[in-house]
Amino acid sequence: MNSAQQAAEAAQRRDIRGRWLLSTPALLIILVAAIGPLFIVLLYSFMAKGDYGDVKYWQFSSEGWFGVFFQRDIFDDTLTLNDAHLAILWRSVKLSLMTTALTLVFGFPTAYFIATRPERSREAWLFLITIPFWTNLLIRTYAMQEVIRNEGVINSVLLWAGIIDKPFQMMYTDLGILFGMAYVYLPLMVLPLYASMERLDFRLVEAGYDLYATRFQVLRRIIIPLVKPGIVAGSILVFIPSLGAYVTPRVLGGGKNMMLGNLIELQFGQGRNWPLGSAISITLMAIVMVALLVYVRNASNSGARHG
Amino acid sequence: MHRGKRHSRESGGEETLAAGQNAIEARNVTKLFQGSGQDQVKALDNVSVAIRENEFFTLLGPSGCGKTTLLRLIAGFDFPTEGEILLHGQNIAPLPPYKRPVNTVFQSYALFPHMSVGQNIAFGLEMLGKPKSEIEARVDQMLRLVRMEELKNRKTSQISGGQQQRVALARALAPAPKVLLLDEPLSALDYKLRKDMQIELKRLQHETGITFIFVTHDQEEALTMSDRIAVMSKGKILQVGSPRDIYDRPADRFVANFIGETNFLEGEVTGVSGEEASVKLAGGATISAGLPKGFTPSGRVSVVVRPEHADLVKAGAKADLWGKVETVVYFGTDTHYHVRLDGGVPFIIRQQNSRGGGQGFATGDAVGVLLEPHAAQVLKD
Repeated sequence: MNSAQQAAEAAQRRDIRGRWLLSTPALLIILVAAIGPLFIVLLYSFMAKGDYGDVKYWQFSSEGWFGVFFQRDIFDDTLTLNDAHLAILWRSVKLSLMTTALTLVFGFPTAYFIATRPERSREAWLFLITIPFWTNLLIRTYAMQEVIRNEGVINSVLLWAGIIDKPFQMMYTDLGILFGMAYVYLPLMVLPLYASMERLDFRLVEAGYDLYATRFQVLRRIIIPLVKPGIVAGSILVFIPSLGAYVTPRVLGGGKNMMLGNLIELQFGQGRNWPLGSAISITLMAIVMVALLVYVRNASNSGARHG
Repeated sequence: MHRGKRHSRESGGEETLAAGQNAIEARNVTKLFQGSGQDQVKALDNVSVAIRENEFFTLLGPSGCGKTTLLRLIAGFDFPTEGEILLHGQNIAPLPPYKRPVNTVFQSYALFPHMSVGQNIAFGLEMLGKPKSEIEARVDQMLRLVRMEELKNRKTSQISGGQQQRVALARALAPAPKVLLLDEPLSALDYKLRKDMQIELKRLQHETGITFIFVTHDQEEALTMSDRIAVMSKGKILQVGSPRDIYDRPADRFVANFIGETNFLEGEVTGVSGEEASVKLAGGATISAGLPKGFTPSGRVSVVVRPEHADLVKAGAKADLWGKVETVVYFGTDTHYHVRLDGGVPFIIRQQNSRGGGQGFATGDAVGVLLEPHAAQVLKD
């Protein structure tokens, strides 16, 4: 019995070693492709900036980090808050939250619609949702420009119908960026929502109706709590890329309405301030992490309250 | 189980009551479902049935007979293509389920997984906008009724199937519905638990005084629990009556076959008087057989006899049928004799065993079969 136990334990150890060996490729990729570059970015953020971009290696400087929120007066070296950066940060967070909300508002009924189709036609609907992914993001964004510009589809129709008498300015505004991002990220909301709605037991919906719940009450008390994992996943999937969005605000927002992604690009390009660019990148990551932690904690708390 | 309206069991099950005394009445209800392509499936075909106040009424039939469809029409999950559903005389067919004072116990229980046992039971009351204190008191009362007091704060995934069943019952009973619908609620339980729940359901119906409409494909369950049974097949109700009615006086071949074991005999009608007919059997003997309500037979008919309503006698003694014992099967409480009648028709006789007794017929014995008075029943088809 004892020796058999030892043999079993040895086999288990071998098994565990085998599993580690099998997971080496995954670990390598995580190390080389994720942790490594991040570490380099972190290092760069603490170095002095080079005169023509790049950094002065192994020359410590915290200027990059000061630059995230402050600016140094040219004459007396005092630090004042950098209003431009704060405005960009605020716009990024605001637009990302609005994008998440907008995609949720449109994505929820869409996912519900697909999930309640007969099983055979669901795949066709999902296929339609994923079609935009076949096209380059830049092209899709230019297509959006065609829709929202002053001579674009929306304005033409509204003018023709006599609802407005001069074009409604959407290009180069926050609203334009919001439309563009909502359009681009909508599938990222629909797919996880659909995945959780497909698993929803619609007999529970019937049970809700049976117990005197109206449509709205069934939605609020039964469907939403049960598809919450999908709502959380979709919101995270939309919020995170929105916060770092680059192409959409660049094309639809013009030069004025920058978001964090554009600010970072500016530092590595024309700004020639790699430490600052690195520091803003890390700041962006930190914001995402904090937002995630808050969101996940809230979600699990309210989940516990329900059940 | 004893109740004043017991007499209704013997009254033949025909609807003579006024509409106001019926809890639920279906009038000429037809339900079509869109099938694949062009063809439509007729789930219910011009069904009319009246279910009385305070009754334990069972819809019995094989799967696909339309019993669950009828239940869903009463609940409001589907709407009839034609016809009316009356609740206390008022047509509720167009109303959505949340406007009907009718609750359902689902086959799968359909308990809300994100709520505790107590929250599940409280749900209907909350939706009706009852005050908090009343909900609290009612939930506790319901938990006591189904004997689940200790599990109020458990998650529904943390309790057993039988307990989930009780929670589903408590949840459906909490809003005090006029009618409780039960859609094969016991089918997921094992045998022992099912037996317990059958008794429990009868007790609950007795204590709450609510009309129960129970759907099942299990004829034994239907016979033991119901005040009245409607036997359904292919979207139609074939017969409505008390369990005794249905068992002793099946109206047609399907009902006779579906419920219990039966012997079928062929014969010729030689005379009709009142509710009885004289039938000359193929074997030569003439017996008197009961008739279905409002049916006057003529010519060749089928007659059924339950296995326990006939006796074996020695060859040569006075008997109605004659044959040979083919198989003897001992069941403990009773013995089944499989007899091949002289015409070649099989006939089963069930005899209760007594200690040390029995005349002990054996395989190969030539025997006579003596039918009890009123044992035989003529079928419509």
